[in-house]
Amino acid sequence: MATSSRDRKRRTRSRSKQRRKKVERPPRQPMPTRPAEERIRDFQEVALGFTAELAQKEAQRCLHCTNHPCIEGCPVAVDIPAFIELISEGEFGAAARKIKETNTLPAVCGRVCPQEEQCEEVCLMGKVDEPVAIGRLERFAADYEREHGEAKLPETDPATGKKVAVVGSGPAGITVAYELLQKGHQVTIFEALHELGGVLVYGIPEFRLPKKIVHEEIETVKNLGAEIKLNMLIGKTKTIDQLLEEDGFDAVFIGTGAGLPMFLGIPGENLNGVYSANEFLTRVNLMKAYKEEYVTPVKVGEKVAVIGAGNVAMDSARSALRVGQGKSDVSIIYRRSREQMPAREEEIHHAEEEGVKFNLLTNPIRFIGNEKGVVEKIECIRMELGEPDDSGRRRPIPIEGSEHIVEADTVIVALGTMPREFIADTTPDLETSEWGTFNVEEDTMETSKEGVFAGGDVVTGSATVIKAMGAGRTAAAAIHEYLTEK
Amino acid sequence: MYKVVSKKKLAPNITRFSVQAPAVAESRKPGQFVVIRACEEGERVPLTIVDSDPEAGTIDLIIQDAGYSTHQLCGMEPGDNLLDVLGPLGKPTEIHNYGTVVCVGGGVGTAVLYPIVKAMKEEGNEVITIIGARTKELVILEEELKEFSDELIVTTDDGSYGIEGFGSTVLKNMLEEGREIDFVVAIGPTLMMKAVAEVTRPHEIKTIVSLNSIMIDGTGMCGGCRVTIGDETKFACVDGPEFDAHLVDFDEQIARHQYYKDQECKLTEEIDKLEQEKA
Ligand SMILES: Cc1cc2nc3c(=O)[nH]c(=O)nc-3n(C[C@H](O)[C@H](O)[C@H](O)COP(=O)(O)OP(=O)(O)OC[C@H]3O[C@@H](n4cnc5c(N)ncnc54)[C@H](O)[C@@H]3O)c2cc1C
Ligand SMILES: Cc1cc2nc3c(=O)[nH]c(=O)nc-3n(C[C@H](O)[C@H](O)[C@H](O)COP(=O)(O)OP(=O)(O)OC[C@H]3O[C@@H](n4cnc5c(N)ncnc54)[C@H](O)[C@@H]3O)c2cc1C
Ligand code: SF4
Ligand code: SF4
Ligand code: FES
Repeated sequence: MATSSRDRKRRTRSRSKQRRKKVERPPRQPMPTRPAEERIRDFQEVALGFTAELAQKEAQRCLHCTNHPCIEGCPVAVDIPAFIELISEGEFGAAARKIKETNTLPAVCGRVCPQEEQCEEVCLMGKVDEPVAIGRLERFAADYEREHGEAKLPETDPATGKKVAVVGSGPAGITVAYELLQKGHQVTIFEALHELGGVLVYGIPEFRLPKKIVHEEIETVKNLGAEIKLNMLIGKTKTIDQLLEEDGFDAVFIGTGAGLPMFLGIPGENLNGVYSANEFLTRVNLMKAYKEEYVTPVKVGEKVAVIGAGNVAMDSARSALRVGQGKSDVSIIYRRSREQMPAREEEIHHAEEEGVKFNLLTNPIRFIGNEKGVVEKIECIRMELGEPDDSGRRRPIPIEGSEHIVEADTVIVALGTMPREFIADTTPDLETSEWGTFNVEEDTMETSKEGVFAGGDVVTGSATVIKAMGAGRTAAAAIHEYLTEK
Repeated sequence: MYKVVSKKKLAPNITRFSVQAPAVAESRKPGQFVVIRACEEGERVPLTIVDSDPEAGTIDLIIQDAGYSTHQLCGMEPGDNLLDVLGPLGKPTEIHNYGTVVCVGGGVGTAVLYPIVKAMKEEGNEVITIIGARTKELVILEEELKEFSDELIVTTDDGSYGIEGFGSTVLKNMLEEGREIDFVVAIGPTLMMKAVAEVTRPHEIKTIVSLNSIMIDGTGMCGGCRVTIGDETKFACVDGPEFDAHLVDFDEQIARHQYYKDQECKLTEEIDKLEQEKA
């Protein structure tokens, strides 16, 4: 087995070399990006997207490998070589429709997917040169289709008369709704907040993912006939049992994400000026605190410290820069070293370009406030890396006697999130793990309760948009089967 | 959309509304609240559900004009629509037959107290209600509360009506006179709740307060509403809003309330300017 796959790789590689000789392949096309000093003063998008010319040039780089490992690298199995082919032929709208056969939110994924760990990581072109910029091409096709009014609704099967409740409108829930609507089922989406989209609208900032684009992509499920119920916190406004027993839903999908922010649990954490990343980003994104005409307040001081080094931390730091109009001094405080930072390389790079500082191998031990109860300083301790821990990363160990003070008048804690308990608490026959995530059958996403399925961050803990969508697709297929047999 | 069906002014700065919100009306219990948004640019504002009519699908809210958003809400008229009403949120009050229950309300906290007084009485408790306001014209819900209270005492800070002074002092005197009290609920300004907690602490009478932390989502997602209870951090919107008064860090709550004062003041100045222009 191993030999044959290696053989195949070798064959493809030699074939690609032959092709390389015949066709002069251009290098990977860089993404046009706004200059750092300009972009930190507003919330407009940083990456501008490919032009048709750049896209076609990049598309020529695809080798159209017969075994196309890129497709397996994508959690929703987008037919990558096929859509790239269409782009090189100038059939941009058709390329977008090709992607949409398996990916409901291509303009979103093209922007926020960690492609370097997914489709692009396994791209064969990457073995000889840099991988094909699959994500950028995906974004281009989706943007082209939307901007040129070419977006068409998919065909739907005849109505089945079955009703499905989708709880939560993040990428997982939206995907389930989209798939089941196409199969002719009736779908009602219940969302706790006042807008659809989950983390896409309250978490990921405008300069990385414009909300207009999220709204337009999500609009499809409305146009396919989904009934939308906002301001519905399931477990409070209604329970899962009520949906099944009183409201006549035949199946329920739970895609409620992992929204509960974690804190450090150190003294002074409830001082004013100490935000969770969720609170800071929600004030800025969902409540649009950075816009003059919106009344929700947000405060960014002169010295901002962001605790943590994942994507959420980078988003918080970069948002803080923008709220502060580029005048605030923003730094990341992280207890391990640069190599261990969990954020995407691209995000770290953008943050650095914009002037975010990195205070590494440093851990806060106490927040110190002024007489008004507002944070003023952080007592930190330096760390060194010891033996690898369970996750394989070297464990940070405090260096005795290295306590020191870092000035900070705004702190944003970005340590990760966990699922909330409203549904588990009010649905006793739903099994959860010790982390509060729902236990599901991997191939169907069915929970311990009949007719109830779950997927996305509420099952995996914080993960990615496309993994949540992959789970949504699996669940939708299983729900369809369940409804057909019922 | 959530239609305002009726409106009644209870005091110069306090207005009672009935709002169409059928799903909330059906499931809400005493002590729970909603988060509402009046318009697209508006804040998300937490407000207690004072009463509900599941048949009519309405909930009642009593709103004190305290700043920009509540001012905007108080200006709404029957027929207008609120953009969002989310609820019921928070844990319901634990209503049991405790014996003799004293309910202390201050300012608009009296409105928050009303559904609890009603439920406590219906559960068979002897209910003594003490309500306080700055001055006579700010006393609200006196008649309604009388109906469900075995005894109703009104206090005003300036002595213009009822007993002059604070509700906490009235409670203190009762305890010093040796009255048997099994349970106390206090809802109002943070300083008043803190005072009541200090009155009941030496007597070891179980006391609960309802915290009005600054909230955004009200669903446990932002942590903006966190409070220190004993040595633990809790989220007022999911773990509360009611907590054991003897464990609450009131000073932290008072400080947290001040944080956006400067920005809020700017907005309030804007309202004043607009109104002067109108006049
Ligand atoms: C700041 C930030 C940046 C990120 N950046 C990236 C990135 O660049 N790339 C990437 O791939 N991933 C990123 N992620 C992770 C990604 O956003 C999530 O993995 C993904 O959104 C999970 O989707 P979901 O559908 O499971 O849940 P969510 O997106 O969390 O949506 C859940 C929805 O359910 C609603 N809900 C919750 N409880 C209830 C209830 N009881 N009743 C009704 N509704 C309820 C919530 O309000 C929410 O709208 C980021 C996350 C954050 C926070
Ligand atoms: C669970 C809960 C139930 C509540 N029930 C009621 C009620 O039934 N009737 C009522 O009139 N008010 C109630 N409140 C308080 C009400 O939410 C605030 O008065 C309102 O949000 C103030 O907004 P504003 O813009 O009008 O005033 P601002 O100008 O924002 O502030 C005015 C004052 O209110 C404080 N405040 C600001 N935001 C909040 C907030 N989100 N929550 C609490 N206080 C705040 C400020 O510190 C300031 O002292 C409740 C609050 C909570 C948390
Ligand atoms: S959805 Fe994400 S992983 Fe899949 S092809 Fe597009 S960018 Fe790659
Ligand atoms: S994208 Fe990469 S792996 Fe996929 S077909 Fe093209 S060259 Fe091959
Ligand atoms: S209001 Fe956001 S967690 Fe309580």
